[in-house]
Amino acid sequence: MIRVRDLTVTFHRGTPMETPALRGLDLDMPAGQFLTVIGSNGAGKSTLLNAVAGDVVPLAGNIVIDDADVTRWPAPRRSGLVARVFQDPMVGTCETLTIEENLALAAARGRSRGLRRALDRELREEFRARLRELGLGLENRLGDRLGLLSGGQRQAVSLLMATLRPMKVLLLDEHTAALDPKTADFVLELTNRIVAEHRLTTLMVTHSMRQALDFGERTVMLHEGRVVFDVAGNERLGLDVPDLLAEFARLRGQALTDDALLLG
Amino acid sequence: MSLVAFLGAIEIGLVFGLVGLGVFLSFRVLDFPDLTVDGSFPLGAAVCATLIVGGVDPFLATAAAVLAGGLAGLVTAFLNIRFNILHLLASILTMIALYSINLRIMGRPNVAIITEPTVLTAFEGLSLPYLYLKPVIAAVVVIAAVLLVARFLASDYGLAMRATGANPRMARAQGVETKQTTYVGMAISNALVGLAGALFAQMNGFADVTLGTGTIVVGLAAVIVGEAVFGARTVLGWCLACVAGSILYRLAVAFALNADFLGLQASDLNLVTAVLVTIALVLPGARNPFKNLLTGRANRRSPGGAQQ
Repeated sequence: MIRVRDLTVTFHRGTPMETPALRGLDLDMPAGQFLTVIGSNGAGKSTLLNAVAGDVVPLAGNIVIDDADVTRWPAPRRSGLVARVFQDPMVGTCETLTIEENLALAAARGRSRGLRRALDRELREEFRARLRELGLGLENRLGDRLGLLSGGQRQAVSLLMATLRPMKVLLLDEHTAALDPKTADFVLELTNRIVAEHRLTTLMVTHSMRQALDFGERTVMLHEGRVVFDVAGNERLGLDVPDLLAEFARLRGQALTDDALLLG
Repeated sequence: MSLVAFLGAIEIGLVFGLVGLGVFLSFRVLDFPDLTVDGSFPLGAAVCATLIVGGVDPFLATAAAVLAGGLAGLVTAFLNIRFNILHLLASILTMIALYSINLRIMGRPNVAIITEPTVLTAFEGLSLPYLYLKPVIAAVVVIAAVLLVARFLASDYGLAMRATGANPRMARAQGVETKQTTYVGMAISNALVGLAGALFAQMNGFADVTLGTGTIVVGLAAVIVGEAVFGARTVLGWCLACVAGSILYRLAVAFALNADFLGLQASDLNLVTAVLVTIALVLPGARNPFKNLLTGRANRRSPGGAQQ
């Protein structure tokens, strides 16, 4: 369960560059919900994710995950509750470490790291089994440097790393935006499968309205740092991309020819 | 080259292998260019020599030198993390401060311990000629250090430290307290260099405030030569390569100085080292013909993100 209340984030505060990113955003998510977040550039999608992950410190408001108020927790402390897949495959994985070392890092998430060997046979067996589920043949390449993998493969491993250990919320930050369409579809299907299998509470930010409606069970639209549109259930099933675009246009008070191209 | 010169090169190569290991931890693993070693090497020597002269047990004095080195590393990490001072500059500040501190510790620029008991004294009873004693003891210490560091880097914490250097954002997202791993890594790195300083002082019978000049370049030379020649693929391999690189470098230097036709003097050493390291730095990676020649491979693996 996540409860975000009155979340306010301002960048470059007190300077001429001052930019309000979130302006008192409220959001409630019950456990197990798969939520997709859309919005134009600058709407605050990524800032919301960064705030939940602990990379951005809010000016006001609070974030509660289950019963813990995590608003002031730094990112590493939240890592037992929050797992994340970044937009850029380079950010989410460590290219100079091997596949198994990356997974071992993720396997230790949320517990204290001591001097025990990071890898043992049992762990390798687990990694092999989980990698096999990806269907990419990576189970035979445990000792390969991660930098040798393609963007799609890296993003698949990122997803595996994020879901390797239990967490309270999974954050997906346009995690298919840097991939070619075919690979993006593969990673999305994989996401869908893993989320469904483990009943993960998931917050997926996307640029694509198609994705936002096709995946998950609820969609919110952000605009100027607030939730302006929130749809789930039957009402959502009846929606199509043009409806969302119309909603966008209504918000902006103008026709969105450019965004229609971008977001279709 | 005489046997004495050869063993001397091995011995000094082993001692500076510890420096190489320390530099490997800061530069390669943590991606933290650290010049503190120019101060922590003479710091180790100064602490150890001064304590020995004061009648302290040489093993205890060596332990104190290790601690002192670790503290120096912590100061640099603190300046960088707490005050956001650029790592290079933070380490230069610590290094320059240590010059004065070392003088204070010794009370004068130079302390002789040639007649004092050292860690070597304890092993003189063994039926080993004194000529071999020094390199053998240095080898035992260095190999122990290599095994410990390699095992450490293979642990959960060591892996977290490697991720800190290679991709700090990802490390934090995986729950790694990157500030803490940086502190610990910098402390271990400079503790190893402090140990090297203590060993150097005891084997050569003196500590001098100017000992540290160029330590970082020699340490880097050890790391680079080790990587280029051995191209290791495992953590233990990388650690061993630092030491082997250091020995190889010293042997090469000894040969060069012994070869009369080159016309080199001992005082040319620093120039030769600087030129060597520069060549290795400007010709890195896949397009480096020399590296390919030496390793027979186009791609090298590195433990941190610190590919030059």
